[in-house]
This record gives sequence, structure tokens and C-alpha cells, in this order.
Amino acid sequence: MMLVALLAVPALGAVLVALLPARLDRPARALGTVVAAAAFAVSVALGLDRGPLLPAAGQALTPWQQYKVSWVPGLNLDFHLGVDGISYPLVVLTTLLTLLCCVYSMWTVPGDGARGRLLVALLLVIEVGILGTFLALDLVLFFVFFEVVLLPMYAVIAGWGGEDRRRAARKFVLYTLFGSVLLLVGVFVVVSAAGTADLVTLSATGGGGMARATQLAAFILFAVAFAVKSPLWPLHTWLPDAHTEAPTVGSVILAGVLLKMGTYGLIRVAIGVAPEGAVAVAPVLGVLAVAAILVGSLVCLAQSELKRLIAYSSVGHMGFVLLGIATLSTVGLQAALIGNIAHGIITGLLFFLAGAIKDRTHTGLLAELGGLRETAPGLAGVLGFAAIASLGLPGLAGFWGEAFAVVASLQRGGTLWTVLGVLAAVGGALTAAYFMRLLRRVTHGPAAPAVATTAAPRLSTYELVSWAPLVVLALAVGLLPALVLGLSADPVTALLAEVSP
Amino acid sequence: MISVDVLGPLLPAVPFACALVGLLLPLRARRPAAVLAVGGAAVALLIGIALALRFRQPFGTSVELVDFGGLPVTFGVRVDWAAVYVALAVGVVALAVQAYSVSYLADDDRYVPYAAQVSLFTAAMLLVVVSGDLIVLLVGWEVMGICSYLLIGHDRTLPEAPGAAVKAFLVTRVGDVGFLLGIALLGIEAGSFRIADVLGAIATGDLSGVVVTTAGLLLLAGVAGKSAQFPLHTWLPDAMAGPTPISALIHAATMVAAGIYVVTRLMPVFAGTPLTVLGVMAAITMLLGALAATAQDDIKRVLAWSTVSQLAYMAGALAVGAVAPALFHLLTHAAFKALLFLGAGSVIHAVGSNLMSRMGGLRRGMPVTFWSMTIGLGALMGLPPLAGFWSKDAILASTEGHLLYASGLATVVVTAWYATRLWLRTFFGAPRSDAAAHPHEAPPLMSVPVALLAVPSALLGFAAFRSGFGDRLVMPLPAEWVGEYSGTAAGGPAVVREAVELVHVGPALAWPLLCLAAGSLGAWLVWRRDRAADPARVLGPVRPVFANAFYLDAVQDALVVRPALGFARAVRRADESIVDGAVEGTGRGTLSLGGVLAAAHRSGLPRAATAVLAGALLIGLAAAALGGLA
Repeated sequence: MMLVALLAVPALGAVLVALLPARLDRPARALGTVVAAAAFAVSVALGLDRGPLLPAAGQALTPWQQYKVSWVPGLNLDFHLGVDGISYPLVVLTTLLTLLCCVYSMWTVPGDGARGRLLVALLLVIEVGILGTFLALDLVLFFVFFEVVLLPMYAVIAGWGGEDRRRAARKFVLYTLFGSVLLLVGVFVVVSAAGTADLVTLSATGGGGMARATQLAAFILFAVAFAVKSPLWPLHTWLPDAHTEAPTVGSVILAGVLLKMGTYGLIRVAIGVAPEGAVAVAPVLGVLAVAAILVGSLVCLAQSELKRLIAYSSVGHMGFVLLGIATLSTVGLQAALIGNIAHGIITGLLFFLAGAIKDRTHTGLLAELGGLRETAPGLAGVLGFAAIASLGLPGLAGFWGEAFAVVASLQRGGTLWTVLGVLAAVGGALTAAYFMRLLRRVTHGPAAPAVATTAAPRLSTYELVSWAPLVVLALAVGLLPALVLGLSADPVTALLAEVSP
Repeated sequence: MISVDVLGPLLPAVPFACALVGLLLPLRARRPAAVLAVGGAAVALLIGIALALRFRQPFGTSVELVDFGGLPVTFGVRVDWAAVYVALAVGVVALAVQAYSVSYLADDDRYVPYAAQVSLFTAAMLLVVVSGDLIVLLVGWEVMGICSYLLIGHDRTLPEAPGAAVKAFLVTRVGDVGFLLGIALLGIEAGSFRIADVLGAIATGDLSGVVVTTAGLLLLAGVAGKSAQFPLHTWLPDAMAGPTPISALIHAATMVAAGIYVVTRLMPVFAGTPLTVLGVMAAITMLLGALAATAQDDIKRVLAWSTVSQLAYMAGALAVGAVAPALFHLLTHAAFKALLFLGAGSVIHAVGSNLMSRMGGLRRGMPVTFWSMTIGLGALMGLPPLAGFWSKDAILASTEGHLLYASGLATVVVTAWYATRLWLRTFFGAPRSDAAAHPHEAPPLMSVPVALLAVPSALLGFAAFRSGFGDRLVMPLPAEWVGEYSGTAAGGPAVVREAVELVHVGPALAWPLLCLAAGSLGAWLVWRRDRAADPARVLGPVRPVFANAFYLDAVQDALVVRPALGFARAVRRADESIVDGAVEGTGRGTLSLGGVLAAAHRSGLPRAATAVLAGALLIGLAAAALGGLA
């Protein structure tokens, strides 16, 4: 029941918030925050009531809690929800980031602020879609929730975004729709070949008895669809424009959790349902992942705009996650899972900060920024912390995913994977280079005119409240990675037992 | 009382806690920040002393942090006498630097975050010293690097500081790529990241020779970066843009020594080819650093290049397998180099400039600093009976018969030359600026740490006479360890070691002393001819070459930095025009296709009628053909 509550609470809240009249905009945003807090509480409680952690014999996917109701039998669509060690950290991350975005929306909303409640309502709808994706244990239901996210996100970008928002929103929705079409075809292929859409059954039998060729076709379709979402180079070009033009909370949700739908889908759906396809395609995925790391880092080194730089850094970081997945080993998948969470925390924080800087200085161009630590030392300090966390400094959250993706790749052995591992490690050095360059341009040096005349140098309470949890989590996950990985070891091992390279 | 098992992990934990609290303090809380900083360093030193007093046997602890699919990462310590001594050195220098900084940064409004960052650095260094796990060691290693970055860029009035900070971090990060790969390789092959397990796997032969050599060479990249050995040495002189106490702590006594220290911890990994490579690097760096120091006008740059050169001495000792002399020199160097930097800071504070051409005759106004720095410079040169003489002699004795011996002796000459030059230019002769004409001794919080550091700089050498001291610096025998932390398989061959002798009094002692006399006398004679001029003028046309360290900075810029940036710009253009161009192209293509079809739909009646008739004809033909087949 908690699973249904987790989806129902934000859904009802979204409707309520949207229906309130315009003169009650501020209270409506507050109501939205309360709803988001309730959802966060439910998600935390979800982790306290765990059944047996060890997978049942012969079962690759053992959810702690399940909820299954037949919905549309003709489409093989059951309302089947469940959570296990792989999806739980992502669920908590989603509810936390949505809550922080709602808190931030109480402080400021781009534009005239009269439609702030609609933005909050859309954030809650997006939250329902993302949570549904992470909780769905039925392929068709997974697809439904995957789609739910698209139009609200389009509305967020197009309604509250920057100058070029309509074009960026269009590109975002069309590109990801292309991926979704492929996902639908893939789901079709699997359902018609295996006869069931139930992820538990499909994972348990390592592909539901599908022939190798079918699994290969299904995996490729899934992989391309999730590659668009993750995003994986070269299917990434929707991301920079979408991030640059989206409002701050839109970027935070987009980078923090939307991208994780792609990598989660790769693990749960693509590998879980078509393991033989995964084994065949893994080297290609690995090569593209390392290309993403290197290309992302090099482009960032030559970037001139703040939000665009952070967007391309997401391409690089997701490259590490995808490399971990491509190794199809326990070390790799564990690295991918913690890399996912770390990226969500840190890049979410980075986009909050970028939004705060743009609001204060009205520019995101690196050439026009400079000397932030002279006028706004608190903001500069948190930006420094976030940048250092994002470059993968050991001791902070980003390190584990990056380092152990390299370890997993080296552990795979063979010429290809060793070379990929070495290149990924070099990518780590490039990541440090561009973040150092960013800090030097933005925080150090004499104060640029745009920075010197900034209106509000001190951090407001709302900003401190929305950023503090992320700062603390970046340090906590960095020092105690077991917080994220303690629960996922067994599900990952069980999942990989069906995959035999 | 607290057991050593708790004291070990507590060593890095206490300064870390002080750092966390200190980072949250507001900028105006100077007093609490100072108390926290100095107190934290003092407590860390006390823990180190307690550990030394209660130390009975080498021991280790480990607690599992996380398990990555069969590769566990543990948090624990691996403590032997070497670790204890180095920890004590770190504690002493950190305490001296924290106390000194309170006065040195008295008029700096960002003292509070500075003090917290120094505490964080101390915690990271202590973590490297006692860590029993390679991944946790990497954590401390990199946190030291980031603290170095933050602290070099501390002074906002120096335009070159941010660039120097970035350079320091990136050059060491390049080395750390190799360091991570080496650690990954060792962990994967040994099945664990614990140092004891890795060394045990090497001892039993579980790790093939190729793997060990590759890992050693990869780790060497990180060591070269952190310890500023050629070719990754270019960051250290520029790092002098940081405040002088930082130069003393990070870039002289501790962080740069961490590379040397890690080699001693993992000596079996480096055996063979890696040590040969290290030896070549050391031989080059020794002379490179010393020659560059002869031509610098900035007093801190002289000391920075001197550090590069002295670290090469330690690396050279390691290259011939002489661990005890290397660690001995690490300890004495920590004392006298910290002393020299802090003393230089007092001088800079009094004169208001880093340049020796604006100093002169300071010995009358600054007696404490003068005498302390005299001892420090004497130790640096290797003047008996100061500490540096004994440790440098131990190194030279161990390298006899190698190329490193010749290199070492040549460096003794040059070291004596530049040390004497610095001494004379700064403290003797007529003052060359107004500030130098009216010097004042540094305030007590600055002069007392300097004077106190003169004690180990003078006397630490005599520790070599204590029996068993040399043995303590080498890795303990397997039988001595408590539990399974020895790093060899149980029941392995019994290792018998002969006692390590650090003191070699004999005729071979004459050579270093002669070189010392030659270099020192040479500098004094040149100076005597014209007391106001720089003795470096005798270098003539070679002077700019030495001053720019053989233009290696420019080489690095041309070979690495510019190509990387150019490549980055090219990739960005390609990504935007080709990859994104393809995507935008599909959009444009679809629109134009739609346009074509729309135009076709809008065609007039004659054309539409023709199309209908042609279509009907085609369908009829098809039906006839298919019907004929059926």
C-alpha cells in the first residue's frame, strides 16, 4: 500500500495545487511543498519495512514490497509495483530532489511568479512519472510511466525557461519521443515473444525463454531508447539546449533524476529482460561510454557558458555510469548505482548554484563572470565544494562511481576493456581540468562588473535549506558508500547470475 | 587508557573533526577558529606521542567500509615505527605552522577558512601515514591535493595565485591517473585493497611479476607528481604563491614527502624496474633543482627548488633500496625545511618583499630568526654536526658505486653554493631597501616556532647513533606484526635482516665535506668581491636558463596544455556541427520532405487526375500479375 501511496500522494497533490486560484499562488506552492515532504516521508518509510533481503531461490528480482493488480489484461498491462535495493536509492533521491525544488520554488519562480503553483504542480506530476518508472515491475506499465514524464517536462521548459526555450523544449520532447518509440517497439517484441510483460518473471528466467536473436533485437531497441535518455554520446545533443534553457528547478530534476531513468532502464529492463543481448552488445556500449567521457570532458574544457558546461559534464559522468553497466560485472553495476546517486546529488546541487548565480548576475557566460568569492563568498564556497565533488575527489560522493567503473573495466580484462579503463581514468583528469577552469573563471580573480553589482550577495534561508541536504549527502555518501550500496549488493548479484559473458 | 587500536584511527579523525567545525564557522570568529586549529594540531601531536609511548608491536586494524562485488574497501590503520615517527613529524610541523599562522595572518580577513583547511590537510596527511587500505590512502592523498589547491589560492591580492593553484592540482592529477590505475591493478589482482593483503599476495607469488612491475610503474607516476620529481616537478616553484606557512607545511615538510613515504610502505611493489626508473628521475631532479635554485632572486623559490632537489635525494636512496636513510632524511628535512620556510616568512614579513635583492644585513635586527636560519641552512648544506649532515651522509653512503653517488656529490657542491648565497644575501652586507634598513624581529608567535624547529634541525641527527633506530625505519619483520597485518603469508620463509647502520664514519666521509667546503667557499669568495651584487652573476649567460629551470615550463605548456585546449576546441566544434548537425538535419529533412508532399497534395486537377489514372493502371497491372501467379 505504501507503494500506491507513494504515487497517489504527489498525483493528488498536483491536482489540488493546480486547481487553486491565482491569488492563492503562494499558499498553493506551500501546499505543494507539504505534499512533496509527505512523499519524501513515505519513501523513507518504504525502506524501513523490508522483507527478506536475500533473493528467493531462482529469482533474479526480489522486491521488498509488491503490489499487483490486473489493469488491462488485453495489453498485458498489470499495475505491478515493487521496490528493491537497486531502485530504492533512486526513489529516495527523486522524492528528496522534488522536495528541495518545491522549497526553492517557494523562494523564487522565474517570470512574473503568478503561475508558480502550476510549476509546482508540474514538478509533482513529473515526480509521479519518475517514481512510477522506478517502481514499475511490468514492462508496459514501465513504458506508460516513462511517457508520463515527457509532456510535463516540455511544459516546464517551454513555460518558465530562458530565451530560446521553445526550440529547446521542442528538441527535447521530439528527441526523447524518438527514443520512446523504440522503447515501445522493444516492449512489443518482448511481450509477443515471451508472452508476458512481468519483469519478475522475465528476469527470473533470464529472458523468458526468448531466442538469442530476439533478445539481441530487444536489447538494441531498449539500449538506443535508454541511450537517448541517459544520454549516451552521440545521442546526447538534446541535453545541452534543454538544460541551458530550462528553469533552475527544471534543470535540477532533469539532471538529477530524469537522466537516471535511462540508466535504470538499462539495468532493470534491458539487462534484466534480454541478458544475452546485453552480453553481445556490451563492448559497443563500453566504447560509446568512454567516448562520452572523453568527448564530454573535452567539450567542457572549451565551453563558455555555465549551464551548458554543467550539462556536458552530465554527459561525461553518465559515461562513467554506462561504462560500469557495460562491464556486466558486480563491481561495475555497483559503481554505476552509486555513480547514479552521486551524480544526482552533486549535479542537482550544481544546477541550483548555477541558477542562483544567473539570478544574481543575469548572465551565464564565463567571460562575463569572475571574482564571485569577492562579493558572494558563501555562494562561491558552495560552488567550489560542488565542483570539487563533481570532479570525483575521493572522500566525496562522486569518487566511488568513477574510480570503480575504472576498476570494473580493468577487472574485465582483455585488451579492449583495459584500454577503455585507462581512457576512462584519463577522462577523470580531464574532468578535473575543466572544473578547475570553471572555478578559476567564476570564483577567482577580480570581480567582474556583473558580479560586483549583484543585488543579493548573501544566501537566503530558502537557498540554504534547499542546498544543505545535498551538501551533507555529498559528504556522507562519500565517506560511507554503504549508505547506497549496502542494500544493492544482493539484487545486483542475483541479476548478474542470469548474465553469463 | 585508550588502546593503540583506537589511537591509530583517532590520529586523522581529530583534525578532521576540527576541520569540519572550522569550515562552518563565520568569518569573524577568529578566536574560536584559532583555538580550534592550534588545539586540533596539538591534540594530534599528543595522540602521536601517546602512540609512540604505548607502541609495543607493529599492528593493524580494519573495518569494512563497503564491498564492491567481492572487492572490499576497509578503513583501518597499519602502524609501525616508521609511521609513528612520520606522524610525529607531521604533528610537530603542523602545530608550528598553525601557531605561526595566527600571527602571520593577523591582518587577513579570511583566516577562519584558512585554518580549517590546514586542519583538513593535516587530517589527510595523517590518513596517508597510517592508512592500511589503498583506497583510503588514495582518499587522503587526493584530499591533500585539494587542500593544497585551496590554500595556494588563498591570497586574493596575488594575481598569479589562482593559476598556480590550478597548475599544482592538475599536474599532480595527471600523476594521480597512474596512481589510481596502479591501485586498481593491485586490488584486482590481489582481491583486496588492504596493504597487508597486497603485500602478502606479492610474497606468495599470487601476483605475477608483470603485474607487480606495471603497478609499480603506474604508482610511480603519482609519486613523481606529488613529490615533484622530473618531469612532474613544474608545479612546486609556482606553488610558492601560497602563504609562507603553507609552503612550509605542504610544500616542504609533508605533502611532498608523501610520495617518498608511500614508496617505503609498498616497497615490494616497486622492486626492479620501477626503482630503476625512480633512480634515473632522482639523478636528473637532484641537479635540476639545485641548479635552478642558484639563479633565483625570490627567497621562497630558492627554497622550493631546494625542496625538489632534497626530495630527489630521498628518491635516490629508495632507488638503491636504502629505505632507512630515505626516511631519516625525510624526518630531518621536514624539520629544517619547515624551519627555513617559516624563517623566510619572518624575513618577508619584516622586509615586505620576497626578493633577496631587497634584503641584506638583517642579522642585526632579527637575531632569533638569523641564528635559527643559520642552523637550518647548515643542516640543508649538510654541515656537521647538524641533522642534515647525518641523514645526507647516510644516503650518500648507501648510493656508493652508483651513478647517484656522483650526482649526489655534485648536488652537495651546488647546494652549499646556493645555501651560502641565500645566507649572505639575506643577512649580511648593507641593506638594499628601506624596509631592510629598519628590520624588526618577528612577533613571538612567529619567532618561537622557528626557534623551536632549530632544535630538531640541530640534534635529530644524533638519533642515528641510538641502536635500533635504523632498524625501526625499515618495514618490520613478519614475525613482529600482531595478527594478520604483516603482509606475508603465514608460515612464509623466515626473513633474517642484518641491523641497519645509519652512521658511517670513515674516509669516505671526506668527499661530501670537501664538496661542501668547495661550494660554500666559492659562494663566499664571489660575494666578498662585491657585497651588494648577486653572486649568481658569475653564472653569466647560463643564468636565465637556470632561472627558468631549463625552460621546462614552456615545454610542458607547448606539449601538453596547448594541444589539449586546441583539441578541446576542435571536439566542441565537431560535436556541435557534426553530431548535432545530424540531428538538426533530420529535423530540416523531415520539414522539407513534408513540404514536398504538401506541394504534391496541392497540385491542380489535371495533374491529380493523371495521378489517379496512373495509380489505377498500376493497381490493375499488379492485380493481373498477382492473379496470374495465383
